Amino acid sequence: MAFAIHLVRQIANAVALLLAVLVLNFCLIHLAPGDPVQVIAGEMGGASADVVAALRAKYGLDHSLAEQLFTYLGNIAHGDFGYSYYFNEPVLGLIAQRLPATLYLTLCALVMSVIIGTLLGITSARRPNGIFSHTVTVFSLAGYAAPIFWTGLLLLLLFGSVWPILPVVGMTDVVHPKQGFSYIVDVARHLVLPALTLALVFIAQYSRLARVNMIEALSADYIRTARAKGLPEWLVIGKHALRNTLIPIVTVVGLQFGNLFAGAVLVETVFSWPGMGRLVFDSILRRDYPTLMAVLFFSAMMVMAANIVTDIVYRLIDPRIRTGRP
Amino acid sequence: MSIRTYFLLGAVGLFSVFAAPHRSIAQTAGANTLVIATTQVPRHFNGAVQSGLATAMPSAQIFASPLRYDENWNPQPYLAQSWEVAPDGLSVTLHLVKNALFHDGQPVTSEDVAFSVMAIKANHPFQTMLEAVDKVDTPDPFTAIIRLSHPNPALLLAMSPALMPILPKHVYGDGQDLKTHPANLKPVGSGPFKLTEYKQGEYYTLEKFDKFFIPGRPKLDKIVVRIVSDQNAALVSLERGDVNALPFVTGVRDIERLEKAPNIFVTNKGFAGVGPLNWLAFNTRKKPLDDVRVRQAIAYTANRDFIVSKLMGGKAVPATGPIAPGSPLDENDVETYKVDYVKAAALLDAAGYPKGGDGSRFSLTIDYLPGADEQQRNVAEYLRSQLKRVGINLEVRAAPDFPTWAQRVSNYDFDLTMDTVFNWGDPVIGVNRTYLSSNIRKGIIWSNTQQYSNPKVDELLQAAAVETSPEKRKALYSEFQKIVVADVPIYFINATPYYNAFSKGLAGLPTSIWGVMSPLDEVYWETPPKT
Repeated sequence: MAFAIHLVRQIANAVALLLAVLVLNFCLIHLAPGDPVQVIAGEMGGASADVVAALRAKYGLDHSLAEQLFTYLGNIAHGDFGYSYYFNEPVLGLIAQRLPATLYLTLCALVMSVIIGTLLGITSARRPNGIFSHTVTVFSLAGYAAPIFWTGLLLLLLFGSVWPILPVVGMTDVVHPKQGFSYIVDVARHLVLPALTLALVFIAQYSRLARVNMIEALSADYIRTARAKGLPEWLVIGKHALRNTLIPIVTVVGLQFGNLFAGAVLVETVFSWPGMGRLVFDSILRRDYPTLMAVLFFSAMMVMAANIVTDIVYRLIDPRIRTGRP
Repeated sequence: MSIRTYFLLGAVGLFSVFAAPHRSIAQTAGANTLVIATTQVPRHFNGAVQSGLATAMPSAQIFASPLRYDENWNPQPYLAQSWEVAPDGLSVTLHLVKNALFHDGQPVTSEDVAFSVMAIKANHPFQTMLEAVDKVDTPDPFTAIIRLSHPNPALLLAMSPALMPILPKHVYGDGQDLKTHPANLKPVGSGPFKLTEYKQGEYYTLEKFDKFFIPGRPKLDKIVVRIVSDQNAALVSLERGDVNALPFVTGVRDIERLEKAPNIFVTNKGFAGVGPLNWLAFNTRKKPLDDVRVRQAIAYTANRDFIVSKLMGGKAVPATGPIAPGSPLDENDVETYKVDYVKAAALLDAAGYPKGGDGSRFSLTIDYLPGADEQQRNVAEYLRSQLKRVGINLEVRAAPDFPTWAQRVSNYDFDLTMDTVFNWGDPVIGVNRTYLSSNIRKGIIWSNTQQYSNPKVDELLQAAAVETSPEKRKALYSEFQKIVVADVPIYFINATPYYNAFSKGLAGLPTSIWGVMSPLDEVYWETPPKT
């Protein structure tokens, strides 16, 4: 019951936060210099004053900012996220087209980074001063320090030019569209480089986190007791130490979901991955307000959902939270 | 088998699936497919209501136009098998081919031409292009007579595929707003290729139109245009054969890199119509730049030769005036502002800006168009050190994106700015807008943002816009160019080095004045790609 009340309270907070996100995004985007009509006129190679005035009137940009905001909020309340100035399509349609690609990329990167990062961290924690541990530490620091777009460009050159074994552009073979299992393999091949690029930063973070927490867990009394009982080492680590090591990782996963989306913006741009991140990039450059605001709104929604899910998983992993014991 | 063995086998299997030697898309695409990479995202495919490179390239494949042009600026028959311009220049009669069909099987008639001309006049952003058109008469289904209120020497050029796509009246004439018409994304034209698929922002596919009115064309079966957001990825894709063509390459290092690639052919032919100019613009109403001597001093200091030969690696053609090199109207006999620091200093002294105790005269800012570093940012940075020689302190102001830069420049919040502007074939279409005093319009980018005003220039441009005699017209534009270069509202630097890159083995490449913005119906694989 207490959990249900907690959950309802969290969802109510999330709704209020979403409203704040909408208003804040609207204001921030409109504070940026320039407007979409200048972009459209620019890409036309210039436009007359009449054309510019007509475009401003058509998109409602000739009204005051307050009027535009209230109109926008009213439309959102009716489920109308508007029409993309740039792509000439309803925004919801655009997002529906792009969302699966982003979810696919980010979830794959997330799973990859959590599994690999945790495994690296745990393995290096067993011998904290060993060569493997130091190698992982160096790798983690390098991975954490390297900007995502730079890592992406390096991988693109390495696997696209020097050792050309993987596709570097898009999500599928657009010349010969595949079907069935071939399609899955095709998408998976296209996914390798973007997912790896995005995952590398997070692998570094999770391996550091797992290493530190595993070292701490392995020195705890209950581990000494488990070993004294004669339990095999894999059981000591896998059942007793790992569970406690995972708690901070799960917390960070929830918090990192927003960063994952931010990283996807750069990765999708480098590899022309047709997801929401690239849509954000294109929309910012073109001041495509409706698209940008809708993408940010749905991203905020997903981050909040991820936080709520994290909260639930956290309770499942840590019985102290579930039972309310300290 | 142990768990370890299963794991090992799984890993080997996965590796073989993902890391098997990559067969490039183009290598597997078949001999009659052309794969083009572009960073340009089309808003839609209807060039009648949208200008710009992104729409013009596909629009020219999907829609046919009355005329097309060769690489020497000569009009060639296309939908119009012949045409006559009336002696008084007040009408142009088009005689259409009789076998042209739209992609939905309907015939192309003079009604479609009349509808399209008036639609373009009403909706195209280049308002001056068809401003003279009063109406279009259609005495029979294959004759269209365009009636003008005054002569328009740019009209024939405006009938090019990039500027005058002929729309089917039965599709677009349903009363809906043409700018947002649903058929803009599902176009029906009479060009050599029909659009069969568009994945928004990802790729579009054009397939051969079997009933295209020119026998034996197009020679390709399919064109796939892959939209690539990162230029590096586009270059790598071309080098390894994933794509066969990369148009609009402008980076000097990119061009040099592609020239060295063994399987790639690079050409700068195909941009004469676009006429892209790279220049330094002055805010002529802001002190001290309101004094022509100050602008001339900056011009004498800038050193075009160094910029073109060193900063642009010799890939660019120097430009000395407002009409792009390669145009029949380009005038070479103008002041070229060879570098002369003594003369520059004398001009600044005469203008009332002597050197102060610290050796400086005054400070200015310079903006640049973001996204083309070699043409824009590098030149701006170079000018900072160059102008220091004559005592002008220059602060380089970066803009994070195009709207930020456009906001500054169109609202006259600048001193100097680097810019790239297109001529679009004829001065009436793409040149007049920069110099006519009637086009000083705050908030409108690529209008007369220099706020330059010279009644003589206005008079010359207006006279040349209606002059039907080619010789007299050229003389008028010659005088215009000499005055503008002397007044220096803009210091002209170079024709922007646009290049197209193609896989070797392709033939019939688009080298006309409109390049890839003309039909690719003659392109074919002379040496088919490896399969």
